[in-house]
Amino acid sequence: MAEVAETAQPLLERATADELKHYYYQMLLLRRFEERAGEMYVKAKIGGYCHLNLGEEATIVGLMAALTPDDYIFTNYREHGYIIARGVPPGPVMAELFGKETGVSGGRGGSMHLFDRKTNFMGGYAIVGGQVPLAVGAAYALRYQGKPGVVIAQMGDGTTNIGAFYESLNLAKLWKCPVLFFIVNNGYGMGTSVEAGSSEPDLWKKGASFRVYGERVDGTDVLAVRDVVRRLRARAEAEGEPAIIDAVSFRFRGHSVIDSDRYRDPESVRRGRELYDPIRKFATLLLDHNIVDEAWLKGVAERVEREVQEAIDFANNSPDPKFEDLYKYMYATPVPNTPTAEDAIRAVKINHGEF
Amino acid sequence: MPVITYRQALNDTLGEELARDPNVLLMGEEIGVFQGSYRVTEGLLAEFGPKRVVDTPIAEEGFVGVAIGAAMLGLRPVVEIMTINFILVAIDQIVNHASKIHYMFGGQVSVPLVIRTPSGGTGQLAATHSQSFENWFAYCPGLKVVAPATPYDAKGLLRAAIRDDDPVIFIESLALYDTKGEVPEDDDYVVPIGIAEVKRQGTDVTVVSYSRMTAVALQVAQRMEQEGISVEVVDLRSLRPLDRPTIIESVKKTNRAVVIAEDWYSYGVTAEIAATIQEEAFDYLDAPVQRVAGLEVPLPYAKELSAASKPNANSLIYAIRQVLRGTKRLR
Ligand SMILES: Cc1ncc(C[n+]2csc(CCOP(=O)(O)OP(=O)(O)O)c2C)c(N)n1
Ligand SMILES: [Mg+2]
Repeated sequence: MAEVAETAQPLLERATADELKHYYYQMLLLRRFEERAGEMYVKAKIGGYCHLNLGEEATIVGLMAALTPDDYIFTNYREHGYIIARGVPPGPVMAELFGKETGVSGGRGGSMHLFDRKTNFMGGYAIVGGQVPLAVGAAYALRYQGKPGVVIAQMGDGTTNIGAFYESLNLAKLWKCPVLFFIVNNGYGMGTSVEAGSSEPDLWKKGASFRVYGERVDGTDVLAVRDVVRRLRARAEAEGEPAIIDAVSFRFRGHSVIDSDRYRDPESVRRGRELYDPIRKFATLLLDHNIVDEAWLKGVAERVEREVQEAIDFANNSPDPKFEDLYKYMYATPVPNTPTAEDAIRAVKINHGEF
Repeated sequence: MPVITYRQALNDTLGEELARDPNVLLMGEEIGVFQGSYRVTEGLLAEFGPKRVVDTPIAEEGFVGVAIGAAMLGLRPVVEIMTINFILVAIDQIVNHASKIHYMFGGQVSVPLVIRTPSGGTGQLAATHSQSFENWFAYCPGLKVVAPATPYDAKGLLRAAIRDDDPVIFIESLALYDTKGEVPEDDDYVVPIGIAEVKRQGTDVTVVSYSRMTAVALQVAQRMEQEGISVEVVDLRSLRPLDRPTIIESVKKTNRAVVIAEDWYSYGVTAEIAATIQEEAFDYLDAPVQRVAGLEVPLPYAKELSAASKPNANSLIYAIRQVLRGTKRLR
């Protein structure tokens, strides 16, 4: 992992004890949510592709801590933590992973396609780079309508190699779109290291030829992330000045739940998880400054354990989407000559051999 | 004859072609160090080195274009696109350039390029990761599109594709990678592009299919035989050029046809085949051609909804019964 400075004392002083405690709780919630999601995948409760945020908790919580309710978020497919940290309860998120009607996308999207209108969480997108121009478009709309807020275009390090990213940088700068290109630099895109995929491995510099400012931050330091997002967010909102944030962290596991990670040396992964664990690091900080004690940490762990279990129970007890609703969300404006609920039922019967 | 998997057949062929021709090189995301997202290129980086097995960044439009340009100077790139869903990022290079360069420049230069990619869906991969787009490429003159169903054809068609001087879209299937079949050793056979094969002889009805749906059709044919229904299976193997004579010959014999494909129903592959049959064998048909295809939705993630949206053995059996209705075979 790239070297970045320790949390500066002023950053700690700028946060209240309640905030600090809340960040710790949120990070632990994401950690346990993801660990349990991994287990649920193995139990075949979850299918398809499933990518976890393990190791990225501080990046996510720090980002969300700096945003306002006016802001919008577009992410990639590794987004369970983002929607939870944005304020959506873990139950409907787990239910989406289980493919249930009560899931955040009605069971239609799955792990890679979470969405929540109420919190302006504008979706997880699974075609690499696809979300980036959309986020610029949302920022364009904010500016057009004279509304407050900024848009987060979250993406991985590997995503900075796709053309859509560069076209987006140019358009955002050219059209003064209040958007932050938020790169979650976990060192790898699948099995490709940043150095193997990017001729410029300092990803924060990638806006240079578009005159888009960039900054690197320790993505395992929740307060440092909050700080950089706050600063660049304010400028984006006030001046329509886009920016790149390159938040460096360590990917704890394989690319997705089914990736055996055989291209990384197991010893370096073990060491990385120890050295760059944002939660352990934050716990030490809080203990060292007498903000919390061991008993408090234990209490949070118990609370989180319970909440994640409740989310799993909620998902388990939720109904599947109904077959007759297969075509329910096809069009926003109804149109003739499209399949109906009866068509869906007939087709499903045939598919099930009931004829 | 040795029995190997579809994946192994592809892996062996890539290795053999790399060894045979120094201008052949592989290019794609995660094909080297990662050893292939679906392990088709496993071991090849170790054997042939990074000059011949090139890991790319996530930049499909870029590296597909690079492969086309390199092919114009005589290299024979075999590009892997992780799944066909991501080919959309590169479709401009394929449709506007690769497919047209030979014709548009009066035959002065060719594009000996292969793009391999798995199409279709399995296991709740959801809306953006389960699509079938081979018809989009089959629609485009200047491209050749093949879609083998068996390890034997996978090997023979991949050889043919790599040795062909035109751009070939080589369609694979996640659900076929682990399927097994006989493949001869020490036999440099090729399966010609543009030629279908009757994979099973029958007399009552012709089922036209390709890729994974051919595997489904063969299973169904076996099951229906027990009911006294004789199903002939025409495996297209190539979508462009389309072997119309083989389809028509079969339909003239059975007088009934069902077409099955995994893509969406409207404007899909099945429409082209059905139209061909009615144009060229109308007088031989005893019943309207039946089509079996995917339901027209962005594939939902939820397990049951997802499974129900893709054609399967049941939907094929239903269509076969429909087409046989009113005959002595089916009351
Ligand atoms: C256009 C496109 N190409 C390839 C893929 C397959 N793919 C999915 S995730 C991924 C790696 C992305 O890496 P990065 O941007 O670093 O994000 P991370 O997974 O590390 O969060 C790839 C190649 C895809 N989904 N879309
Ligand atoms: Mg990454």
